[in-house]
Amino acid sequence: MIPDKRLTEEDVVAELRDGMTIGIGGWASRRKPMSLVRAILRSPLKDLTIVSYGGPDIGLLCAAGKVRKAVYGFVSLDTIPLEPHFRIARQSGTVEAMELDEGMLLLGLQAAAWRVPFLPTRAGLGTDILRVMPEIQTIRSPYAGPDGEHEELVAMPAIELDVALIHMNRADQAGNAQFLGPDLYMDDLMAMAADKTFLSTEKIVPTEELTAEGSFHTLRISRLMVTGVVEAPNGAHFTECPPDYGRDEAFQKEYAATASSPELWEAFKSTYLDVADEAEYQRVIGARS
Amino acid sequence: MTDATRDEICVVAVAECFRGDGERLCNPIGTIPMIGGRLARETFEPHLVMTDGFAMFAANAMPVGVPDAEAVIESWNPYPQMFSVLWNGKRHVMMGASQMDRFGNQNFACIGDWHKPKAQLLGFRGAPGNTINHTTSYFIPNHSPKLFVDHVDVVCGVGYDRAAELGPVASRFHEIRRVVTNLAVMDFDTPDHRMRLRTVHPGVTIDEVVEATGFELIVDDRVDESRTPTDDELRLIRQVLDPNDIRKSEVRG
Repeated sequence: MIPDKRLTEEDVVAELRDGMTIGIGGWASRRKPMSLVRAILRSPLKDLTIVSYGGPDIGLLCAAGKVRKAVYGFVSLDTIPLEPHFRIARQSGTVEAMELDEGMLLLGLQAAAWRVPFLPTRAGLGTDILRVMPEIQTIRSPYAGPDGEHEELVAMPAIELDVALIHMNRADQAGNAQFLGPDLYMDDLMAMAADKTFLSTEKIVPTEELTAEGSFHTLRISRLMVTGVVEAPNGAHFTECPPDYGRDEAFQKEYAATASSPELWEAFKSTYLDVADEAEYQRVIGARS
Repeated sequence: MTDATRDEICVVAVAECFRGDGERLCNPIGTIPMIGGRLARETFEPHLVMTDGFAMFAANAMPVGVPDAEAVIESWNPYPQMFSVLWNGKRHVMMGASQMDRFGNQNFACIGDWHKPKAQLLGFRGAPGNTINHTTSYFIPNHSPKLFVDHVDVVCGVGYDRAAELGPVASRFHEIRRVVTNLAVMDFDTPDHRMRLRTVHPGVTIDEVVEATGFELIVDDRVDESRTPTDDELRLIRQVLDPNDIRKSEVRG
């Protein structure tokens, strides 16, 4: 019999500690585990290191003062190229940054997933990544190339995560999970780079129904990688979660506009974030339209 | 064609960047770059591979800015696969820039000190990996001395002087093909790979380009006028690839 790993958002937050390194799946404003991010926003957690192909996850957590350090390839809302709350955090110097080439971030997660200290890459050579982040080193290849030269490469360090949070379209109660959209992004690498992975899903289904909506190729997260499963319908709101729903562009605009003044942010926070739980958030969102 | 507008001159100049590329991923980012890449494929470079803007390779001439445009999917290329493709090298990307110097060092990460930026911009995004692994071109719709500068604040995309410092082995896949702007086309076809004026767009003088460039641009006796679109190219641009004239919001005039 498969294990039952079902949890609530609050159960997941109870597993987190101040100062943890947390990887968040998805990409920019796409299929983000927002119900789990909102639960962190409601908690007293602080000093987090957030690793992400960043979107409103990083922006919201920065605006709420939860982030000590952000590790990212970019932080974008897609239709709004720069995450405005993240921009404020960077420009005011309140958040430490590890700003990577997008492919270097992939390799850092892959290295952690494979339990090796680094992976070699040409990406980063000749750029200021090596100047502004001297913790990223280069390594000389032990193998001679065709011309006899031992090539110097960037040694992208493993990015080990305490916890990964990802959102999938469907999952069973054990954490076998499915993406039904066009891209898994690096969610599988995040899950394997972490000591514990908590996944939220639009819908928990019986295992035998996992192939009802998509072929076996879409079952890219197995229960080997998963500690807990949260059923969170509309849980990626306001990011997109195709084919279940698109991005809530109107809400995203409203969110982005709150970066222009502390009053607007406080109003947004008290209306949408300082709520009792995810169910109440969904009620408030539902009443908007 | 005499009635081509500046945006259409830019589209053709972008298309020309991909001439000779054969069967590789033509990956222009932005509206005019996307139209230009697709124009190249529809005319003189038919074997190019292009995306639908997301996770698919699409074989058909998709219009830009049409949300439900149908794609003829020829392959699936989600992000993890995209990094494999770019490290494998069969790709020519066209990116933007917030700053660029005479050797093509490019910045769109931030303005000011990286540790506490005056303006946070996009971050390094894919520029470091792209420029060191395969051919890169740039499209810059706002040619100005604030953009073309003596020194960029942060090097994201690798320029020719830094590539040379890395040596012939580490830089063997580095190529900056061209820089297309709203005024002109530049390349690096000089002995030490300093930026050179290649063509000026019709209606633009060499002096205007030199004045809009914050470093000394090399102007030799080869400077020509950017070519105008053919009738067939204009038809493709206006009726097939950009029927809603979205390109006009990127470059005016």
